[in-house]
Amino acid sequence: MNISAWWQAFFGILKRELLRFVHQRTRFISSLVRPFIWLAVFAAGFRAALGISIIEPYDTYITYQVYIAPGLVAMVLLFNAMQSSLSMVYDREMGSMRVLLMSPLPRWYLLLCKLTASALVSIPQAYAFLAIAWWFDVQPPAIGYLWLAPVLLVCGMVLGALGLFISSFIKQLENFAGVMNFVIFPMFFLSSALYPLWRMLESSDWLYWLCSVNPFTFCVELIRFSLYNQWNGEAATVVTGCLIGFIALAVWAFDPQRGASR
Amino acid sequence: MTDTASNTALVDIQSISFQYPSGKQALDDVSFQLQSGQFHALLGLNGAGKSTLFALISRLFRLQQGDILLNGQSLKVAPSKVLGSMGMVFQQSTLDLDLSVSENLHYHASLHGMSRSRRQERIDVELTRLDMNDARHKKVRALNGGHRRRVEIARALMHQPSLLLLDEATVGLDPATRQSINTHVRELCEERNVAVLWATHLIEEIHPRDKVALLHKSKLLAFDHAEAICQTAGQQSLVNAFSTLTGTEARS
Repeated sequence: MNISAWWQAFFGILKRELLRFVHQRTRFISSLVRPFIWLAVFAAGFRAALGISIIEPYDTYITYQVYIAPGLVAMVLLFNAMQSSLSMVYDREMGSMRVLLMSPLPRWYLLLCKLTASALVSIPQAYAFLAIAWWFDVQPPAIGYLWLAPVLLVCGMVLGALGLFISSFIKQLENFAGVMNFVIFPMFFLSSALYPLWRMLESSDWLYWLCSVNPFTFCVELIRFSLYNQWNGEAATVVTGCLIGFIALAVWAFDPQRGASR
Repeated sequence: MTDTASNTALVDIQSISFQYPSGKQALDDVSFQLQSGQFHALLGLNGAGKSTLFALISRLFRLQQGDILLNGQSLKVAPSKVLGSMGMVFQQSTLDLDLSVSENLHYHASLHGMSRSRRQERIDVELTRLDMNDARHKKVRALNGGHRRRVEIARALMHQPSLLLLDEATVGLDPATRQSINTHVRELCEERNVAVLWATHLIEEIHPRDKVALLHKSKLLAFDHAEAICQTAGQQSLVNAFSTLTGTEARS
Protein backbone atom coordinates (compact mmCIF):
# COMPACT_ATOMS: atom_id res chain seq x y z
CA MET A 1 0.00 0.00 0.00
CA ASN A 2 1.26 3.49 -0.82
CA ILE A 3 1.55 6.50 1.48
CA SER A 4 -1.77 7.85 0.27
CA ALA A 5 -3.53 4.68 1.45
CA TRP A 6 -2.04 5.14 4.93
CA TRP A 7 -3.28 8.73 5.03
CA GLN A 8 -6.73 7.70 3.87
CA ALA A 9 -6.92 5.19 6.70
CA PHE A 10 -5.82 7.78 9.25
CA PHE A 11 -8.36 10.33 8.06
CA GLY A 12 -11.06 7.65 7.99
CA ILE A 13 -10.38 6.77 11.62
CA LEU A 14 -10.15 10.45 12.61
CA LYS A 15 -13.42 11.24 10.86
CA ARG A 16 -15.16 8.38 12.63
CA GLU A 17 -13.88 9.62 16.01
CA LEU A 18 -15.10 13.12 15.21
CA LEU A 19 -18.49 11.90 14.03
CA ARG A 20 -18.96 9.81 17.12
CA PHE A 21 -17.97 12.76 19.28
CA VAL A 22 -20.34 15.11 17.47
CA HIS A 23 -23.16 12.59 17.81
CA GLN A 24 -22.53 12.36 21.54
CA ARG A 25 -23.21 15.95 22.55
CA THR A 26 -23.58 15.06 26.20
CA ARG A 27 -20.02 13.74 26.14
CA PHE A 28 -18.74 17.18 25.14
CA ILE A 29 -20.85 18.93 27.74
CA SER A 30 -19.85 16.55 30.52
CA SER A 31 -16.19 16.88 29.53
CA LEU A 32 -16.51 20.61 30.28
CA VAL A 33 -18.85 20.45 33.25
CA ARG A 34 -16.59 18.12 35.22
CA PRO A 35 -13.48 20.36 35.33
CA PHE A 36 -15.68 23.45 35.53
CA ILE A 37 -17.15 22.22 38.81
CA TRP A 38 -13.67 21.55 40.15
CA LEU A 39 -12.59 25.02 39.13
CA ALA A 40 -15.66 26.97 40.17
CA VAL A 41 -16.63 25.09 43.31
CA PHE A 42 -13.74 23.03 44.63
CA ALA A 43 -11.05 25.59 43.94
CA ALA A 44 -13.17 28.42 45.29
CA GLY A 45 -13.79 26.51 48.49
CA PHE A 46 -10.17 25.52 49.01
CA ARG A 47 -8.35 28.61 47.84
CA ALA A 48 -8.10 29.94 51.35
CA ALA A 49 -6.97 26.65 52.83
CA LEU A 50 -4.43 25.78 50.17
CA GLY A 51 -2.09 28.68 49.71
CA ILE A 52 0.44 28.25 46.93
CA SER A 53 3.90 29.66 47.33
CA ILE A 54 5.95 30.74 44.36
CA ILE A 55 6.87 27.62 42.42
CA GLU A 56 7.95 26.97 38.86
CA PRO A 57 6.73 27.84 36.27
CA TYR A 58 4.93 30.71 38.00
CA ASP A 59 6.91 33.88 38.72
CA THR A 60 4.64 35.18 41.41
CA TYR A 61 2.03 34.09 43.93
CA ILE A 62 -0.96 32.53 42.26
CA THR A 63 -4.50 31.70 43.22
CA TYR A 64 -5.55 28.13 43.69
CA GLN A 65 -7.67 28.30 40.52
CA VAL A 66 -4.59 29.15 38.52
CA TYR A 67 -2.69 26.29 40.10
CA ILE A 68 -5.24 23.56 39.41
CA ALA A 69 -6.21 24.69 35.88
CA PRO A 70 -3.43 22.64 34.15
CA GLY A 71 -4.42 19.62 36.23
CA LEU A 72 -8.01 20.06 35.12
CA VAL A 73 -6.89 20.30 31.50
CA ALA A 74 -5.11 16.99 32.05
CA MET A 75 -8.31 15.70 33.61
CA VAL A 76 -10.15 16.49 30.37
CA LEU A 77 -7.56 14.42 28.51
CA LEU A 78 -7.71 11.61 31.04
CA PHE A 79 -11.48 11.27 30.90
CA ASN A 80 -11.47 11.51 27.13
CA ALA A 81 -8.78 8.84 26.88
CA MET A 82 -10.73 6.52 29.12
CA GLN A 83 -13.92 7.29 27.20
CA SER A 84 -12.12 6.35 24.02
CA SER A 85 -10.92 3.13 25.60
CA LEU A 86 -14.47 2.48 26.69
CA SER A 87 -15.50 2.82 23.05
CA MET A 88 -12.88 0.21 22.18
CA VAL A 89 -14.50 -2.20 24.64
CA TYR A 90 -17.88 -1.30 23.13
CA ASP A 91 -16.49 -1.81 19.63
CA ARG A 92 -15.12 -5.17 20.62
CA GLU A 93 -18.39 -6.23 22.23
CA MET A 94 -20.35 -5.03 19.23
CA GLY A 95 -17.85 -6.55 16.83
CA SER A 96 -17.04 -3.37 14.95
CA MET A 97 -13.40 -3.55 16.03
CA ARG A 98 -13.04 -6.48 13.66
CA VAL A 99 -13.63 -4.10 10.77
CA LEU A 100 -10.68 -2.05 11.96
CA LEU A 101 -8.42 -5.03 12.53
CA MET A 102 -9.24 -6.58 9.15
CA SER A 103 -7.72 -3.64 7.35
CA PRO A 104 -4.69 -4.62 5.27
CA LEU A 105 -2.67 -1.98 7.10
CA PRO A 106 -0.48 -3.08 10.02
CA ARG A 107 -2.24 -3.39 13.32
CA TRP A 108 0.26 -1.14 15.15
CA TYR A 109 -0.48 1.60 12.63
CA LEU A 110 -4.25 1.27 13.06
CA LEU A 111 -3.94 1.49 16.83
CA LEU A 112 -1.64 4.50 16.48
CA CYS A 113 -4.23 6.15 14.22
CA LYS A 114 -6.94 5.43 16.76
CA LEU A 115 -4.84 6.91 19.56
CA THR A 116 -3.91 10.00 17.57
CA ALA A 117 -7.50 10.54 16.47
CA SER A 118 -8.92 10.34 19.98
CA ALA A 119 -6.16 12.63 21.29
CA LEU A 120 -6.93 15.16 18.55
CA VAL A 121 -10.62 15.05 19.46
CA SER A 122 -9.79 15.93 23.06
CA ILE A 123 -7.72 19.01 22.14
CA PRO A 124 -10.71 21.29 21.35
CA GLN A 125 -12.30 20.17 24.61
CA ALA A 126 -9.21 21.22 26.53
CA TYR A 127 -9.17 24.62 24.82
CA ALA A 128 -12.89 25.04 25.46
CA PHE A 129 -12.22 24.47 29.14
CA LEU A 130 -9.36 27.00 29.11
CA ALA A 131 -11.70 29.51 27.50
CA ILE A 132 -14.06 29.08 30.44
CA ALA A 133 -11.14 29.21 32.87
CA TRP A 134 -10.16 32.64 31.47
CA TRP A 135 -13.18 34.06 33.31
CA PHE A 136 -11.79 32.62 36.52
CA ASP A 137 -8.57 34.58 36.12
CA VAL A 138 -6.64 31.70 34.63
CA GLN A 139 -4.92 33.85 32.02
CA PRO A 140 -1.65 32.37 30.80
CA PRO A 141 0.40 34.15 28.11
CA ALA A 142 -0.94 33.87 24.58
CA ILE A 143 2.13 31.96 23.40
CA GLY A 144 1.37 29.34 26.06
CA TYR A 145 -1.81 28.36 24.27
CA LEU A 146 0.25 27.69 21.18
CA TRP A 147 2.86 25.54 22.95
CA LEU A 148 0.07 23.67 24.63
CA ALA A 149 -1.32 22.12 21.43
CA PRO A 150 1.47 19.57 20.77
CA VAL A 151 1.70 18.81 24.48
CA LEU A 152 -2.01 18.05 24.60
CA LEU A 153 -1.62 15.72 21.63
CA VAL A 154 1.26 13.80 23.20
CA CYS A 155 -0.31 13.63 26.67
CA GLY A 156 -3.64 12.59 25.13
CA MET A 157 -1.87 9.78 23.31
CA VAL A 158 -0.03 8.66 26.47
CA LEU A 159 -3.25 8.42 28.44
CA GLY A 160 -5.09 6.90 25.46
CA ALA A 161 -2.43 4.20 25.04
CA LEU A 162 -2.69 3.37 28.72
CA GLY A 163 -6.46 3.15 28.40
CA LEU A 164 -6.13 1.01 25.29
CA PHE A 165 -3.81 -1.36 27.11
CA ILE A 166 -6.19 -1.63 30.04
CA SER A 167 -9.21 -2.07 27.79
CA SER A 168 -7.62 -5.05 26.07
CA PHE A 169 -8.05 -7.00 29.31
CA ILE A 170 -11.65 -6.01 29.84
CA LYS A 171 -14.17 -8.50 28.57
CA GLN A 172 -17.37 -6.56 29.17
CA LEU A 173 -18.44 -2.94 29.31
CA GLU A 174 -19.75 -3.38 32.84
CA ASN A 175 -16.29 -4.29 34.09
CA PHE A 176 -14.78 -1.20 32.57
CA ALA A 177 -16.73 1.11 34.88
CA GLY A 178 -14.95 -0.47 37.85
CA VAL A 179 -11.60 -0.14 36.18
CA MET A 180 -12.27 3.53 35.52
CA ASN A 181 -12.61 4.00 39.26
CA PHE A 182 -9.40 2.12 39.92
CA VAL A 183 -7.49 4.02 37.24
CA ILE A 184 -8.90 7.52 36.88
CA PHE A 185 -9.30 8.50 40.50
CA PRO A 186 -5.97 7.16 41.79
CA MET A 187 -4.16 8.68 38.80
CA PHE A 188 -5.82 12.03 39.33
CA PHE A 189 -5.53 12.28 43.10
CA LEU A 190 -2.02 10.82 43.27
CA SER A 191 -0.62 13.55 41.08
CA SER A 192 0.30 17.19 41.15
CA ALA A 193 -3.04 18.16 39.62
CA LEU A 194 -4.63 19.40 42.85
CA TYR A 195 -1.65 20.12 45.09
CA PRO A 196 2.07 20.64 44.63
CA LEU A 197 4.13 17.57 45.43
CA TRP A 198 6.00 19.31 48.24
CA ARG A 199 2.71 19.49 50.09
CA MET A 200 2.31 15.74 49.69
CA LEU A 201 5.84 15.25 50.98
CA GLU A 202 4.92 17.12 54.14
CA SER A 203 2.20 14.60 54.92
CA SER A 204 3.52 11.25 53.67
CA ASP A 205 6.73 9.96 52.12
CA TRP A 206 5.16 7.02 50.36
CA LEU A 207 2.26 9.07 48.98
CA TYR A 208 4.83 11.51 47.68
CA TRP A 209 6.71 8.64 46.07
CA LEU A 210 3.52 7.35 44.40
CA CYS A 211 2.79 10.83 43.06
CA SER A 212 6.38 11.11 41.81
CA VAL A 213 6.15 7.96 39.69
CA ASN A 214 2.65 8.60 38.40
CA PRO A 215 2.81 9.31 34.64
CA PHE A 216 -0.18 11.61 35.05
CA THR A 217 1.92 13.90 37.28
CA PHE A 218 4.37 14.38 34.41
CA CYS A 219 1.52 15.07 31.98
CA VAL A 220 0.15 17.71 34.35
CA GLU A 221 3.57 19.33 34.77
CA LEU A 222 4.28 19.30 31.04
CA ILE A 223 0.93 20.99 30.44
CA ARG A 224 1.56 23.48 33.26
CA PHE A 225 5.01 24.47 32.01
CA SER A 226 4.04 24.72 28.34
CA LEU A 227 0.98 26.78 29.19
CA TYR A 228 3.29 29.27 30.89
CA ASN A 229 5.77 29.22 28.04
CA GLN A 230 8.41 27.17 29.80
CA TRP A 231 10.11 23.88 29.09
CA ASN A 232 10.18 20.99 31.55
CA GLY A 233 12.77 18.55 30.25
CA GLU A 234 12.18 15.92 32.92
CA ALA A 235 8.43 15.81 32.30
CA ALA A 236 8.95 15.77 28.53
CA THR A 237 11.37 12.85 28.80
CA VAL A 238 9.10 10.80 31.06
CA VAL A 239 6.01 11.54 28.95
CA THR A 240 7.84 10.55 25.76
CA GLY A 241 9.07 7.35 27.40
CA CYS A 242 5.57 6.55 28.62
CA LEU A 243 4.20 7.21 25.13
CA ILE A 244 6.55 4.67 23.58
CA GLY A 245 6.09 2.16 26.39
CA PHE A 246 2.30 2.36 26.57
CA ILE A 247 1.90 2.18 22.78
CA ALA A 248 4.13 -0.92 22.74
CA LEU A 249 1.99 -2.46 25.49
CA ALA A 250 -1.24 -1.61 23.66
CA VAL A 251 0.01 -3.14 20.40
CA TRP A 252 1.16 -6.22 22.28
CA ALA A 253 -2.21 -6.47 24.03
CA PHE A 254 -4.08 -6.38 20.73
CA ASP A 255 -2.00 -9.15 19.21
CA PRO A 256 -4.39 -11.62 17.59
CA GLN A 257 -2.67 -14.55 19.26
CA ARG A 258 -3.85 -13.22 22.59
CA GLY A 259 -7.42 -13.19 21.35
CA ALA A 260 -8.03 -9.64 22.57
CA SER A 261 -9.41 -8.70 19.21
CA ARG A 262 -12.12 -11.26 19.36
CA MET B 1 -13.06 -35.87 0.76
CA THR B 2 -13.45 -36.48 -2.92
CA ASP B 3 -12.38 -33.13 -4.27
CA THR B 4 -8.73 -32.71 -5.07
CA ALA B 5 -6.51 -29.68 -4.86
CA SER B 6 -6.48 -27.56 -7.94
CA ASN B 7 -3.79 -25.33 -9.35
CA THR B 8 -6.45 -22.79 -10.23
CA ALA B 9 -7.81 -22.53 -6.70
CA LEU B 10 -8.23 -18.94 -5.55
CA VAL B 11 -7.93 -19.92 -1.91
CA ASP B 12 -5.94 -22.83 -0.63
CA ILE B 13 -6.53 -23.71 3.00
CA GLN B 14 -3.66 -25.98 3.97
CA SER B 15 -3.77 -28.26 7.01
CA ILE B 16 -5.16 -25.72 9.46
CA SER B 17 -5.22 -26.69 13.12
CA PHE B 18 -6.11 -24.40 15.98
CA GLN B 19 -6.31 -24.86 19.71
CA TYR B 20 -7.67 -22.29 22.16
CA PRO B 21 -5.63 -21.44 25.27
CA SER B 22 -8.25 -23.37 27.26
CA GLY B 23 -7.06 -26.50 25.44
CA LYS B 24 -10.15 -26.87 23.29
CA GLN B 25 -9.23 -28.09 19.82
CA ALA B 26 -11.28 -25.91 17.46
CA LEU B 27 -9.85 -27.11 14.14
CA ASP B 28 -7.90 -30.24 13.35
CA ASP B 29 -5.98 -30.53 10.09
CA VAL B 30 -8.55 -28.82 7.88
CA SER B 31 -7.72 -28.44 4.17
CA PHE B 32 -9.81 -27.42 1.19
CA GLN B 33 -9.77 -25.06 -1.80
CA LEU B 34 -12.09 -22.34 -3.02
CA GLN B 35 -12.61 -21.44 -6.67
CA SER B 36 -13.40 -18.03 -8.17
CA GLY B 37 -17.04 -17.52 -9.10
CA GLN B 38 -18.13 -20.49 -6.98
CA PHE B 39 -20.50 -20.50 -4.03
CA HIS B 40 -19.03 -22.62 -1.23
CA ALA B 41 -20.94 -23.51 1.90
CA LEU B 42 -19.21 -24.17 5.19
CA LEU B 43 -21.69 -26.41 6.94
CA GLY B 44 -21.54 -27.40 10.55
CA LEU B 45 -23.41 -27.29 13.81
CA ASN B 46 -22.80 -24.50 16.29
CA GLY B 47 -19.36 -25.05 17.79
CA ALA B 48 -18.09 -27.05 14.83
CA GLY B 49 -15.25 -24.57 14.26
CA LYS B 50 -16.75 -22.40 11.50
CA SER B 51 -16.23 -19.06 13.23
CA THR B 52 -12.72 -20.06 14.30
CA LEU B 53 -11.86 -20.89 10.71
CA PHE B 54 -13.19 -17.49 9.63
CA ALA B 55 -11.22 -15.75 12.37
CA LEU B 56 -8.08 -17.47 11.08
CA ILE B 57 -8.75 -16.65 7.43
CA SER B 58 -9.43 -13.02 8.33
CA ARG B 59 -6.36 -12.96 10.62
CA LEU B 60 -8.33 -12.03 13.71
CA PHE B 61 -6.55 -15.07 15.12
CA ARG B 62 -3.01 -15.95 14.18
CA LEU B 63 -2.38 -19.26 12.46
CA GLN B 64 -0.86 -21.91 14.70
CA GLN B 65 -0.46 -24.69 12.14
CA GLY B 66 -0.90 -24.78 8.40
CA ASP B 67 -1.26 -21.86 6.03
CA ILE B 68 -3.86 -20.09 3.90
CA LEU B 69 -3.00 -18.96 0.39
CA LEU B 70 -5.06 -16.45 -1.56
CA ASN B 71 -4.02 -15.95 -5.16
CA GLY B 72 -0.83 -17.77 -4.23
CA GLN B 73 -0.01 -15.27 -1.45
CA SER B 74 0.53 -16.71 2.00
CA LEU B 75 -1.43 -15.19 4.89
CA LYS B 76 1.65 -15.76 7.05
CA VAL B 77 4.06 -14.07 4.66
CA ALA B 78 1.94 -11.35 3.06
CA PRO B 79 -1.03 -10.68 5.34
CA SER B 80 -1.68 -7.22 3.89
CA LYS B 81 -2.10 -8.51 0.35
CA VAL B 82 -4.36 -11.34 1.51
CA LEU B 83 -6.53 -9.12 3.72
CA GLY B 84 -6.79 -6.58 0.92
CA SER B 85 -8.30 -9.24 -1.32
CA MET B 86 -11.04 -10.42 1.01
CA GLY B 87 -14.27 -9.02 2.31
CA MET B 88 -16.11 -10.34 5.30
CA VAL B 89 -19.60 -10.25 6.75
CA PHE B 90 -19.52 -11.26 10.38
CA GLN B 91 -22.09 -13.27 12.26
CA GLN B 92 -22.71 -10.33 14.56
CA SER B 93 -23.50 -6.99 12.95
CA THR B 94 -20.38 -4.82 12.90
CA LEU B 95 -21.90 -1.62 11.53
CA ASP B 96 -21.68 1.52 13.61
CA LEU B 97 -25.33 2.11 14.49
CA ASP B 98 -24.89 5.84 15.11
CA LEU B 99 -23.31 6.51 11.74
CA SER B 100 -25.19 6.69 8.46
CA VAL B 101 -24.99 4.02 5.78
CA SER B 102 -22.70 6.22 3.73
CA GLU B 103 -20.45 7.04 6.70
CA ASN B 104 -20.08 3.35 7.51
CA LEU B 105 -19.11 2.57 3.92
CA HIS B 106 -16.67 5.49 3.78
CA TYR B 107 -15.04 4.34 7.01
CA HIS B 108 -14.51 0.80 5.78
CA ALA B 109 -13.20 1.94 2.39
CA SER B 110 -10.76 4.35 4.00
CA LEU B 111 -9.35 1.48 6.06
CA HIS B 112 -8.55 -0.14 2.75
CA GLY B 113 -6.75 3.02 1.62
CA MET B 114 -9.29 4.06 -1.01
CA SER B 115 -9.28 7.71 -2.09
CA ARG B 116 -12.36 9.84 -1.48
CA SER B 117 -13.39 9.95 -5.14
CA ARG B 118 -12.95 6.21 -5.50
CA ARG B 119 -14.92 5.61 -2.31
CA GLN B 120 -17.75 7.77 -3.54
CA GLU B 121 -17.81 5.98 -6.85
CA ARG B 122 -17.90 2.56 -5.21
CA ILE B 123 -20.59 3.60 -2.70
CA ASP B 124 -22.76 4.79 -5.59
CA VAL B 125 -22.32 1.48 -7.40
CA GLU B 126 -23.03 -0.70 -4.37
CA LEU B 127 -26.00 1.27 -3.07
CA THR B 128 -27.53 1.48 -6.53
CA ARG B 129 -27.15 -2.25 -6.85
CA LEU B 130 -28.95 -2.74 -3.54
CA ASP B 131 -31.56 -0.16 -4.49
CA MET B 132 -30.67 1.66 -1.28
CA ASN B 133 -29.65 5.06 -2.59
CA ASP B 134 -32.43 6.70 -0.62
CA ALA B 135 -31.07 5.23 2.59
CA ARG B 136 -27.49 6.43 2.24
CA HIS B 137 -27.93 9.22 4.78
CA LYS B 138 -30.05 7.18 7.15
CA LYS B 139 -28.49 6.06 10.39
CA VAL B 140 -27.93 2.33 10.46
CA ARG B 141 -29.96 2.19 13.65
CA ALA B 142 -33.03 3.11 11.58
CA LEU B 143 -32.62 0.16 9.19
CA ASN B 144 -34.24 -3.23 9.58
CA GLY B 145 -32.17 -6.40 9.96
CA GLY B 146 -32.32 -7.34 6.30
CA HIS B 147 -31.17 -3.94 5.11
CA ARG B 148 -28.37 -3.88 7.66
CA ARG B 149 -27.14 -7.19 6.31
CA ARG B 150 -27.25 -5.85 2.78
CA VAL B 151 -25.24 -2.83 3.83
CA GLU B 152 -22.70 -5.15 5.42
CA ILE B 153 -22.42 -7.13 2.20
CA ALA B 154 -22.02 -3.89 0.24
CA ARG B 155 -19.35 -2.81 2.71
CA ALA B 156 -17.47 -6.09 2.31
CA LEU B 157 -17.47 -5.53 -1.45
CA MET B 158 -16.33 -1.89 -1.35
CA HIS B 159 -12.70 -2.72 -2.10
CA GLN B 160 -13.69 -5.30 -4.74
CA PRO B 161 -12.31 -8.41 -3.06
CA SER B 162 -11.88 -11.70 -4.85
CA LEU B 163 -13.03 -13.64 -1.78
CA LEU B 164 -16.19 -12.93 0.19
CA LEU B 165 -16.63 -14.60 3.58
CA LEU B 166 -20.03 -14.67 5.23
CA ASP B 167 -20.23 -16.07 8.73
CA GLU B 168 -23.83 -17.14 9.35
CA ALA B 169 -24.92 -13.90 7.74
CA THR B 170 -28.62 -14.75 7.85
CA VAL B 171 -28.86 -15.52 11.55
CA GLY B 172 -31.82 -13.79 13.15
CA LEU B 173 -33.51 -12.89 9.87
CA ASP B 174 -36.92 -14.03 8.71
CA PRO B 175 -37.07 -16.76 6.03
CA ALA B 176 -37.94 -14.39 3.18
CA THR B 177 -35.04 -12.07 3.97
CA ARG B 178 -32.70 -15.03 4.38
CA GLN B 179 -33.70 -16.28 0.95
CA SER B 180 -33.30 -12.83 -0.56
CA ILE B 181 -29.78 -12.36 0.85
CA ASN B 182 -28.76 -15.84 -0.21
CA THR B 183 -29.93 -15.11 -3.76
CA HIS B 184 -28.16 -11.74 -3.73
CA VAL B 185 -24.85 -13.32 -2.79
CA ARG B 186 -25.21 -16.01 -5.47
CA GLU B 187 -25.74 -13.29 -8.05
CA LEU B 188 -22.60 -11.52 -6.86
CA CYS B 189 -20.74 -14.76 -7.21
CA GLU B 190 -21.73 -15.16 -10.86
CA GLU B 191 -21.57 -11.54 -11.94
CA ARG B 192 -18.29 -10.58 -10.31
CA ASN B 193 -16.52 -13.92 -10.28
CA VAL B 194 -16.13 -13.65 -6.52
CA ALA B 195 -15.41 -16.78 -4.52
CA VAL B 196 -17.90 -17.03 -1.67
CA LEU B 197 -17.51 -18.99 1.54
CA TRP B 198 -20.88 -19.04 3.28
CA ALA B 199 -20.86 -20.49 6.78
CA THR B 200 -24.18 -21.85 7.90
CA HIS B 201 -25.89 -24.50 9.96
CA LEU B 202 -29.07 -24.21 7.84
CA ILE B 203 -29.09 -26.83 5.11
CA GLU B 204 -31.92 -25.14 3.22
CA GLU B 205 -29.47 -22.40 2.28
CA ILE B 206 -27.38 -24.86 0.27
CA HIS B 207 -28.07 -25.80 -3.36
CA PRO B 208 -27.20 -29.19 -4.91
CA ARG B 209 -24.42 -27.72 -7.10
CA ASP B 210 -22.79 -25.79 -4.26
CA LYS B 211 -19.44 -26.94 -3.00
CA VAL B 212 -19.87 -27.92 0.64
CA ALA B 213 -17.21 -28.14 3.32
CA LEU B 214 -18.74 -30.21 6.08
CA LEU B 215 -17.14 -29.37 9.41
CA HIS B 216 -17.89 -31.38 12.51
CA LYS B 217 -16.19 -31.35 15.88
CA SER B 218 -13.17 -29.51 14.49
CA LYS B 219 -12.63 -31.91 11.56
CA LEU B 220 -13.50 -31.60 7.89
CA LEU B 221 -15.65 -34.62 7.16
CA ALA B 222 -16.34 -33.89 3.49
CA PHE B 223 -15.63 -31.34 0.78
CA ASP B 224 -17.54 -31.77 -2.45
CA HIS B 225 -20.65 -30.72 -4.32
CA ALA B 226 -23.73 -31.16 -2.14
CA GLU B 227 -25.19 -33.80 -4.47
CA ALA B 228 -21.92 -35.74 -4.43
CA ILE B 229 -21.87 -35.72 -0.64
CA CYS B 230 -25.41 -37.15 -0.69
CA GLN B 231 -24.26 -39.92 -3.03
CA THR B 232 -21.26 -40.72 -0.87
CA ALA B 233 -23.47 -40.94 2.20
CA GLY B 234 -26.06 -42.98 0.28
CA GLN B 235 -28.81 -40.48 1.05
CA GLN B 236 -31.32 -38.55 -1.04
CA SER B 237 -31.09 -35.29 0.83
CA LEU B 238 -28.26 -33.28 2.34
CA VAL B 239 -30.13 -33.27 5.66
CA ASN B 240 -29.94 -37.06 5.83
CA ALA B 241 -26.40 -37.11 4.47
CA PHE B 242 -25.37 -34.67 7.21
CA SER B 243 -27.01 -36.87 9.84
CA THR B 244 -25.33 -39.99 8.46
CA LEU B 245 -21.89 -38.42 8.31
CA THR B 246 -21.99 -36.64 11.65
CA GLY B 247 -24.35 -38.82 13.64
CA THR B 248 -26.36 -35.71 14.55
CA GLU B 249 -29.26 -33.77 13.10
CA ALA B 250 -28.83 -30.61 11.07
CA ARG B 251 -31.35 -27.77 11.02
CA SER B 252 -33.21 -27.14 7.82
